[in-house]
Amino acid sequence: MTKLPDAEKLCEQLAAELRPRITPKTGMVGLYTGGAWLAERLHPMLGLKLPLGLMDIAFYRDDYAARGLHHDPKRTKIPFDVSGCELLLVDDVLYSGRTVRAAMNELFDYGRPASISLVVLAERGGRQLPICAQHVGARVEVPAGQRLRLKREDSGKLVLALEAERAE
Amino acid sequence: MQSNPQLNSKGELQHLLSIEGLPRAILVQILDTAESFVGVTEREVKKVPLLRGKSVFNLFFEPSTRTRTTFEIAAKRLSADVINLNITVSSATKGESLLDTVANLSAMQADIFVVRHESSGAPFLIARHVKAHEHVINAGDGRHAHPTQGLLDLFTIRHYKKDFTKLTVAIVGDVLHSRVARSLIHGLTTLGVPEVRVIGPQTLLPAGVEALGVRVFHDMRAGLKDCDVVVMLRLQNERMRGALLPSAQEYSKHYGLSGDKLALARRDAIVMHPGPMNRGVEIDSTVADGPHSVILPQVTFGIAVRMAVMSIVAGN
Repeated sequence: MTKLPDAEKLCEQLAAELRPRITPKTGMVGLYTGGAWLAERLHPMLGLKLPLGLMDIAFYRDDYAARGLHHDPKRTKIPFDVSGCELLLVDDVLYSGRTVRAAMNELFDYGRPASISLVVLAERGGRQLPICAQHVGARVEVPAGQRLRLKREDSGKLVLALEAERAE
Repeated sequence: MQSNPQLNSKGELQHLLSIEGLPRAILVQILDTAESFVGVTEREVKKVPLLRGKSVFNLFFEPSTRTRTTFEIAAKRLSADVINLNITVSSATKGESLLDTVANLSAMQADIFVVRHESSGAPFLIARHVKAHEHVINAGDGRHAHPTQGLLDLFTIRHYKKDFTKLTVAIVGDVLHSRVARSLIHGLTTLGVPEVRVIGPQTLLPAGVEALGVRVFHDMRAGLKDCDVVVMLRLQNERMRGALLPSAQEYSKHYGLSGDKLALARRDAIVMHPGPMNRGVEIDSTVADGPHSVILPQVTFGIAVRMAVMSIVAGN
């Protein structure tokens, strides 16, 4: 059984790592669902001036033709002008890189940020696109056929978990 | 039981032909997806790449401005290519059959057919004959159904009233000839609205309409009492000729929505109308332009709802 890192500690660690680079132009966008939970944590810890943005990339996925539209997409809300912003794009787990590509495509339909940095709680192997994260909580080895996911308990506590990969 | 022609073998929406027979979960999926598309329509760049490379054919065998335009905008915002065909002045007048027209368009690599036709059932006929990857959306067929209008009405009601399960909704006017009313009644009852009323003269209400689960009122004042939502239907001028009504003035007196009649509904009631409106006949200008009116937001929401329907069927 793989021992998974403590998500709460990783969150603290990421906040400490990000704090020195925060400026008045730093904006944060979390990706539904796990990335949004993480961003909802990091945003107040970092005291960002710009309000938090939350994004669902359902309309930008590259597997729409094969899998159709995801049920119950959330509404993307970015309550600030991304043009000229130093954006922190937050997700829970970096795996294939496809979600991040879709998120960048969507972000550019809101404006032209000055920069985008990727913040993830955990990264695993299996990249299918030339994408890497600038701020990583932990690197995790994930056994074949397993999926690494962030969960939020009823108490609000964030927990990393392994589960069987969904049949595609 | 006969299989539902709108659903594929996995129970997913393949064509949108009628609200009747759609499970609650699919109605909710469409409304939730439309909610996300409202966000897109409020952005600077009002476009997403979902239907890039797909072709949407607007097949209008009957004239329409608003519905055709909103379907066109919706398809363009999904990045599809849109081809508008006004068939009343095209091949149909040269004698080509409906299915031949569709077969020809299919040979031009169509992905979605948006169909309006004066004959009830025409979109069903087309849906039975298209290829597996092609999808049909009913944009109004005869007196039968107008599902995207029904869905945008449901979306508008949910937007302003949040919870369907505590509402009283009145639909007023020419229910007999209205495909909008029929679609909306099915949607409201499926989503759990406890009281749906229809209000109109006997001659404009279908016989046995109670079987759809509605309460019938011939007295508009009694019917409007404590309503949360008032949906006015267009009085179609052509009905005047059929001796169904004495005159527009007489109709307006009894069934036109005036400020004093609206005062009988709840104070926070919303007023809807599918358009086009006959001001001074079924609705007074003071009401149509007043604080209870959500008639123009209906049009805006119609785009998001049609984006949702097209992106759901094209992905299934």
